[in-house]
Amino acid sequence: MFRDPHAARPQLFQELRTPTMFAVETIDLTKDYRVGFFRKRRKRALDGLNLQVEAGEVFGLLGPNGAGKTTTLKILLGLIFPTLGTARILGKDLGDVSVRARIGYLPENPYFYVHLTAQEFLNYVAELFGLTKDERKRRVGQLLERVGLETSRDVPLGKFSKGMVQRVGIAQALINDPQLIFLDEPMSGLDPLGRREVRDLILELRKQGKTVFFSTHILPDAETLCNRVAILNHGRLQGCGDLRDILQLGVASTEIVLEHPAPELLAELESKCDSVVATGDRVRLVVSKEADVAWVVKHILHAEVKLVSLNPVKTSLEDFFLTKVGTDQAPQAEHGAAPGKPGGGR
Amino acid sequence: MRRVGSIALHTFKESVRDKVLYNLIVFALLLIGAAILFGSISVGVERIILVNLGLSSIALFGLLMAIFIGIGLVWKEIERRTIFVMLSKPVRRAEFIVGKFLGLFLTLTVNTAIMTVGFYAALFYQQRNLGTDDLLALQAIYFILLQLGLVVAVALFFSCISTPILSAVFTLCLFVIGNFLSDIRWFGQETGSAAMETLTAVIYYLLPNFGDFNVITRVAHGLPVPSYLLIGNTLYAVLYVTIVLSAAILIFEEREFR
Repeated sequence: MFRDPHAARPQLFQELRTPTMFAVETIDLTKDYRVGFFRKRRKRALDGLNLQVEAGEVFGLLGPNGAGKTTTLKILLGLIFPTLGTARILGKDLGDVSVRARIGYLPENPYFYVHLTAQEFLNYVAELFGLTKDERKRRVGQLLERVGLETSRDVPLGKFSKGMVQRVGIAQALINDPQLIFLDEPMSGLDPLGRREVRDLILELRKQGKTVFFSTHILPDAETLCNRVAILNHGRLQGCGDLRDILQLGVASTEIVLEHPAPELLAELESKCDSVVATGDRVRLVVSKEADVAWVVKHILHAEVKLVSLNPVKTSLEDFFLTKVGTDQAPQAEHGAAPGKPGGGR
Repeated sequence: MRRVGSIALHTFKESVRDKVLYNLIVFALLLIGAAILFGSISVGVERIILVNLGLSSIALFGLLMAIFIGIGLVWKEIERRTIFVMLSKPVRRAEFIVGKFLGLFLTLTVNTAIMTVGFYAALFYQQRNLGTDDLLALQAIYFILLQLGLVVAVALFFSCISTPILSAVFTLCLFVIGNFLSDIRWFGQETGSAAMETLTAVIYYLLPNFGDFNVITRVAHGLPVPSYLLIGNTLYAVLYVTIVLSAAILIFEEREFR
């Protein structure tokens, strides 16, 4: 009697047959641009990027300008092609047009057809997804209301402000009720209220179980919204992971503000402080060692000086970002000049 | 196919909302109207002058529209970055190009129809009636449309690889050369040089032959267009447009949108 050799290990075999499907997976994704007019040379914009984004995550791609964020998004959307490596979106290879029916995309600083009204434009986009007339009407109405443009539905896009265009951009990215949404700098051009609305929208999408992959250089946004982030600089992955792991949520220093301190007291405290900055009547002290904080506070109280505030300063994403980006002294990677550092996606 | 239709209709909508288009139509209709004037001072050949000038106006303004709208069709989408949104939808690049072509061709067909109505109105005003002979002009207008299809395809091809100004120059050059292809070939044969003959033959077959589409003088004199020319020109235009659009698609497929 024949026996299935895999019968003893059904779980392992099952895993081999159905590999984990990530919403987005990039494998050694590399992109070189040809620059220069007469003497064309290659400039590496993205260097061996390995990322894995799970379904239902809000994933932030962070980095300064020119880090490779938009390049990554454009490769994933099929607008540019990778020089090396590949990527999969919702389990499909790059170039598979059918997968775009399940994704939404908001480009950076979007620009739409100025001769169309917001309603006409969204209707046109919905047509491209093959939505029926009734579906289009319902979806367009819903989204215009969702992004706060229901009263401007018949205004040509050419007359829209930058913030309104951004809202239309968000609406068109959601017209097909996508599983995965790519947002390239979604807060760009928005006023504080608009930014708040976009933040709420992303949180709502997360609640609905959608995967949101967005690039930003506004770190507080990433801190508020993301489950995980990846930091890019000069096209290389500097770090990737859970925000809590990255930040370690430790107290980096303590900020103490005093009013009218005597110069003698300041001279005494200076040895325990990282910085002493006077602004008007107030002086701001930063103490990094936890043990020194008690000593400083004790001396302040003893001198009977008014203690205005005492705040523990936590490690912020900004600090982490500056450390990562600031210490990376690698020159703008030229093709062949520096070997690609494989990223540590997950 | 539905996506191609949507893109074509959107392109049509975009073109008809372009003010330049209306200016051109007004100029064309004015020129057709002026043909009545020219006809009235040409004793005995009033109709010939009117048909010649009227149909030439339709051809000329159709050509201007085809070039000036065609050269910006793809370039504008890239320059204004609207292409990012379009191609991030489930739209194949080939569908985008074919949709753009059909949209502009539809615009030109509608415009030509409007100018044709203007032309027949002028003819009716001059003759006080319209006979079956006057229907011959429709054959010339059909050829003008085929010619415009070719021009749009060529302009769209250049729009995929170049800036509007260069595209306009290239398309116009091809149009002018394409009107003299028979002469160029004859010149090559007359030189007696085998190399010249081959070269001019290659040019003759490679470039779009616009000369064969011009039957305006013929219909102005009341001569019908032979059926072999009707079928031949139709097949030629369809084949040439297919080849040029395929080339445009091949280039567009490889193009990166940074």
